[in-house]
Amino acid sequence: MSLRILVGVKRVVDFAVKVRVKPDKTGVVTDGVQHSMNPFDEIALEEAVKMKEKKLASEVVAFTLGGPKSQETLRNAMAKGADKAIHVEIPEGDVAKVEPLHVAQAIQKVVEKEKFDVVFVGKQAIDDDASQTGPLLAGLLDWPQALYASKVEDGGSGTLKVTREIDGGLDTIKVKLPAVLSADLRLNEPRYATLPNIMKAKKKPLDKIAAKDLGIDLTPQTKILEVAEPPVRKAGGFVADVPELVQKLKEKGFVKG
Amino acid sequence: MLSTLCKSSIRPSIYRTRWEGLSSAAASAAKATQNNAQETSKKPQETKSFAMNLFRGKAVLDQVFPYPLNLDSDRKETLQMIIGPTEKFLQEVNNTDKNDERAEIPREVLNKFAELGAFGALVPPEYEGAGLNNSQMAKLAEIVGAYDLGLGVVMGAHQSIGYKGILLYGSEEQKKKYLPDLASGRKFAAFCLTEPSSGSDANSIRSTAVKSADGSHYVLNGGKIFISNGGFADVFTVFAQTPIKQADGSTKNKVSAFIVERGFGGVTNGPPEKKMGIKGSNTATLNFDNVKIPASNLIGQEGEGFKVAMNILNNGRFGIPAAMTGAMKFCIQKTIEHVTQRTQFGKKLEEFGDVQEKVAMMLARHYATESLVYMLAGNMDSGVMDYQIEAAAAKVFASECAWTVCDDAIQLYGGMGFMRESQLERVLRDLRIFRIFEGANDVMRLFVSLTGMQHAGKHLAQVAKEIKSGGIATLLSELTKRVGGGNLGGSSSELVDPSLKDAAAKLDACMMEFGKTVEKLLIKHKKGIIDRQYELARVANAFINIYAMAVTLSRCTYSHKHKLSSAEHETKIANYFVEIASRDAMSALKVAQNGHDAEQALIGSVAKEVLDNGGLVQKHPIDV
Ligand SMILES: Cc1cc2nc3c(=O)[nH]c(=O)nc-3n(C[C@H](O)[C@H](O)[C@H](O)COP(=O)(O)OP(=O)(O)OC[C@H]3O[C@@H](n4cnc5c(N)ncnc54)[C@H](O)[C@@H]3O)c2cc1C
Repeated sequence: MSLRILVGVKRVVDFAVKVRVKPDKTGVVTDGVQHSMNPFDEIALEEAVKMKEKKLASEVVAFTLGGPKSQETLRNAMAKGADKAIHVEIPEGDVAKVEPLHVAQAIQKVVEKEKFDVVFVGKQAIDDDASQTGPLLAGLLDWPQALYASKVEDGGSGTLKVTREIDGGLDTIKVKLPAVLSADLRLNEPRYATLPNIMKAKKKPLDKIAAKDLGIDLTPQTKILEVAEPPVRKAGGFVADVPELVQKLKEKGFVKG
Repeated sequence: MLSTLCKSSIRPSIYRTRWEGLSSAAASAAKATQNNAQETSKKPQETKSFAMNLFRGKAVLDQVFPYPLNLDSDRKETLQMIIGPTEKFLQEVNNTDKNDERAEIPREVLNKFAELGAFGALVPPEYEGAGLNNSQMAKLAEIVGAYDLGLGVVMGAHQSIGYKGILLYGSEEQKKKYLPDLASGRKFAAFCLTEPSSGSDANSIRSTAVKSADGSHYVLNGGKIFISNGGFADVFTVFAQTPIKQADGSTKNKVSAFIVERGFGGVTNGPPEKKMGIKGSNTATLNFDNVKIPASNLIGQEGEGFKVAMNILNNGRFGIPAAMTGAMKFCIQKTIEHVTQRTQFGKKLEEFGDVQEKVAMMLARHYATESLVYMLAGNMDSGVMDYQIEAAAAKVFASECAWTVCDDAIQLYGGMGFMRESQLERVLRDLRIFRIFEGANDVMRLFVSLTGMQHAGKHLAQVAKEIKSGGIATLLSELTKRVGGGNLGGSSSELVDPSLKDAAAKLDACMMEFGKTVEKLLIKHKKGIIDRQYELARVANAFINIYAMAVTLSRCTYSHKHKLSSAEHETKIANYFVEIASRDAMSALKVAQNGHDAEQALIGSVAKEVLDNGGLVQKHPIDV
């Protein structure tokens, strides 16, 4: 097979950052905060690059819908093995208003223009945890989907064999191509971007398309009323032994009898 | 002036050899960096170096203000991309404690690090390097220094000195042949200067490389000790004496630099040395037994090896302050975790004034060192050449700050700090070597003072000559300088953020006092200053403090200009640092000016009596 794979990558607040809510409660602080590629997208990208290394794929293209700063995420994707990148650009100030449907619509337009056999996305982004881009896109394109992939293999005759982690076991399915895939945590261990590859990535093509030229409607469908810190956990106490623990639980009414 | 001095006939010859190294190091570094057309003219050279000018009593601040750090968005992005993987590697692949315990960093780990591109940071991409500049490289060294100083030494011995000679002075053929393998970490390099009888006095090496009769190759013989990466490196930059024909037909031995491959034959190494710290870094002796080196493997010109060695060290010197900054950050982080948790006498440790003072001093030392690192690297990136005094000062300052910061962290940890588990004891052991290698700090202090005074002395001599020959203008300006109490010709007060004005005034006062002190000492001791180590060490200490203050104020001003959210906090750290450092500098200058003859006489005779005796002289109070 020589598939062309489009990988969706999103610039998110780094997983190690302690997120703080803005004083006006409209969102979280992003200024001067470390950002990186959404970890599940990294996994999707890694799988696509592996598929290319296994000669299952011929080309890996990274895609993002985001502000000017998300170019860095695309360069990073190219440093990790994507051959080129497509940047659907919106003003940095609009980034927080982007919803999964907008991303799915943008990818749909790109896929309609250029032929891709697989669109690979992360199962969710760690900022909004929506998990919607993959399934929405499959719906829009009317393609089969294989979500939460933990293993991807050649299924023969234009199909992929995808293993999914589900409650209580593994679910193995065959999807006909073209298809939408989403990556789960245990699919692989993403590689590092290395300095030599970062340098090489600077020479790889990065196409910029203004969102408005794609003809998609970015009007938000949801309105954020308030973003708040989770309530502070009260300090716990130590108990000497199990009987005391049971006693305490009874006192608090967590255990009956 | 000072370099010719040591050769003057009144000095015993033992002095000659002892001093030639240091003073000619000063001279050759000075020459190499003041590479302008004036070299042949008799007039002393003009330079924009802050240090050089300060020794002449002038405040030339062009290379200090504005803060020279200047990374474009592309370079920042590259750095941003590599920081994550580097930290991940250091946390997940490299195991610092294990490296320390086993006294080895496994080759697979080094290979992984090589894949990241960490061994070819400064090498241009056409030779398979990453093409980073010094500021980017400094940040990388800082991160490595925070996690594993042993790995930092492997990295530094490889690229900051090991193959730096090829990068700086190599021919196109040499670069093409060696750099790709070295930058990619397929091969490792080592820098071979030190010998059993030649450490600080590097010019006195005894290894020899004699050219074959047909001129096709050199034959190298000699032994090197304490060579980092010596046990596994494949490519060596080796310094050896080559006999060189003089104009009068006689031959004289001069140091030359060579690229030696292990595969040339006759290269053997000893077992890994057992060390106090940086145990993961391999240190070994090397023996060269009739090693045939192709003539084309000479680096630079015959006889220029000493200059090559000094400039390699000079060029890579900012790497140590960078690693020290990282190590201090680690110690500070550990300290914060501890003093905010530990309760004694019913209070958290952080509530005690003495603890707060230790923490504040740690922060000041770290801030000043970090400021020095990116000052040096930024200046180097913008093409500044005459930074040898500044780099030496930063090396001394950084390695001593890191030592004290780690020591204080251990103190605040109490008994826990003494335990392996705290990791601080390892850092302390690792840090000790940084005050010794790449120029022992005591010797670096002399280098700072002597290089600066040599420059100042030349100008002083020139002034005297001009006045003698009727230079009225010179005479007048000297008179006004003396009557008016000196004229710095520049002031940091005009350049700093308004919040730092008082601190800048303190700095200006120190700079004024510094120029006066140097002039007084030169007039008093003339050429004899070279043997006044008591004064020289204190002048160096004052300079180091002054430079650190100037750099700190410049960096803090930069933070205000760029509206960093921490600017106000930084002002406090900078003001605190200047408070302490200006006091130290003034007191060092006072002592240097005074000379304290009685004290110096005591030092000399007490030391001599015991050294001659071969043991303590005093009787024990329990005289049994
Ligand atoms: C772990 C380790 C790694 C090393 N790696 C390398 C390497 O990769 N390549 C390499 O070439 N070398 C290397 N070295 C050698 C190192 O650079 C030397 O040890 C250092 O330069 C000091 O030389 P020395 O040990 O001979 O001390 P000496 O020169 O004997 O000096 C000892 C002390 O005497 C005093 N002293 C010396 N001269 C003077 C003076 N003029 N005035 C006043 N006091 C003075 C100072 O206190 C000094 O610290 C390494 C050393 C170690 C320990």
